[in-house]
Amino acid sequence: MNLYDIIFYLFALVTIVSGFFVVTSKNIVHAAFNLLFTFFGVAGLYVLLGADFIAVVQILVYVGGILILLLFGVMLTNKVVNVDIRAGAGHILPAVIGIGILWGALTAMIAFKTNWIENPAPEMNPTTAGIGNLLITDYVLVFELLGILLLIALIGAASIARRETEELKD
Amino acid sequence: MYESLVEITGLEIFAAFVSAAMPVAFLVPFVIIAVYLERKVSAHMQDRLGPMRVGYHGLLQTIADFFKLIQKEDIVAEGIDKKFFNFAPFLVFAGSYAVYAALPFSSKYIGSETDLGIFYIIAISGLVVAGILMAGWTSNNKYSLYGAMRSAAQIISYEIPTALVILSIIMWTGTMSLATMSEMQTAYFWNWNILGGPEWGITKFVLIPFLLVAFIILYVSTLAEVNRTPFDMPEAESELVAGYHTEYSGMKFAMFFLAEYGNMFAVSAIVSVIFFGGYQSPFGYLGNTLGIEWLVPFEQVFWFAAKGIFFVFVQMWLRWTLPRVRVDQLMTICWKYLIPYSFVNLLVIGIITLL
Repeated sequence: MNLYDIIFYLFALVTIVSGFFVVTSKNIVHAAFNLLFTFFGVAGLYVLLGADFIAVVQILVYVGGILILLLFGVMLTNKVVNVDIRAGAGHILPAVIGIGILWGALTAMIAFKTNWIENPAPEMNPTTAGIGNLLITDYVLVFELLGILLLIALIGAASIARRETEELKD
Repeated sequence: MYESLVEITGLEIFAAFVSAAMPVAFLVPFVIIAVYLERKVSAHMQDRLGPMRVGYHGLLQTIADFFKLIQKEDIVAEGIDKKFFNFAPFLVFAGSYAVYAALPFSSKYIGSETDLGIFYIIAISGLVVAGILMAGWTSNNKYSLYGAMRSAAQIISYEIPTALVILSIIMWTGTMSLATMSEMQTAYFWNWNILGGPEWGITKFVLIPFLLVAFIILYVSTLAEVNRTPFDMPEAESELVAGYHTEYSGMKFAMFFLAEYGNMFAVSAIVSVIFFGGYQSPFGYLGNTLGIEWLVPFEQVFWFAAKGIFFVFVQMWLRWTLPRVRVDQLMTICWKYLIPYSFVNLLVIGIITLL
């Protein structure tokens, strides 16, 4: 049990426990707050796998962007907050049988059919320059297309917002 | 730091904890001094004396306040969402402390030598926004919620000009690591980025006006990101009681305070690393002149702290000089002025870099 393992189990625990609360929580705001820890734990796991850039992007996009927007949406919409989410169990017997079979099959496949590759812990090499090079050489078309897609989304959002204010003025 | 500790003690965990806790040893005295300074600066600007009773000219006032805060009752009102209410101050502080992991205090001490540096800082400050929203929401108080909403909207808006300015500097210097960025501006103050960087030539002089604009944009938008006057809408006392920390008392309130002052120093340090050479001395090192090698890192820590505290002082200066802006003015400053200017700046600096 070295430092690496301890940190791995810590982040894994954070991810799993908070993920469990996201699913079972009846209050949608609580679920959103717990989601924060899930994202954070996943980012920590990325770092341990040596993917530092992806980890930071995970925090930037999910914690700093999506989660905050989600909270904004939830908090500013009165009706959403007051709705009780159904997190109880119904049809327990069929669900247990169905999920049990599926889960058993998947676990069996993973446990017995996978050729596990055992590597020593990856060295923490910086990945940013490599990702940057790949983005403007091999994947330049996808990169540009994604840029255009985001631009379309931005213009769309701006035009929707503008139309509503004009209607209000009338 | 970490490696040498591992060599000395042989304990990885111990070394990791000690090197991670180093910024606390800096942060807590800094906050105690900064709170005192804030009160003194504000007092002298308004022709008052400020705290005078505890110690010489009130020097021990903050320490007395600290003991007062420890003793205070921890009030948790009814109808409050206890679990997240108790957690929010720590999340805010964690977000503000996490920034210190990538700040180079000297050439010998930096929390994490990742080459993502400034990008990581932009990302991790999202935790502060989440913490503030959590505090505002769980307080179950309309003033808290207003404050939290304003704060989150403000921080998210002002992240855009900050990121654009930082992007233009990254393009120009070619690195995201704050340690490398400070190393590049070595030795003397004419090598600082604000004066066109270490390379001599025509580009140095062409760049200076654009870097000055970049510096002003970055300073204004980081000021807004730490919720300081003139952008202190989230805690506007005359409108919102105390904003998102209205319901907090005792040590939890102190955590917010600690996080706020920690953030102030962090953004000042980022500005100083990006434009003013970070830990580099403006006039060369005494240690090198006298031939005492071990003195250099301590001098570097001194210069890093001095530059950071200078910009913190400017923040206080602005706070007691300028009136608070309105919400619509706040958004106008960001979206109609700072963002277009920073886009133009980005293009120009990019073109000059290419040439």
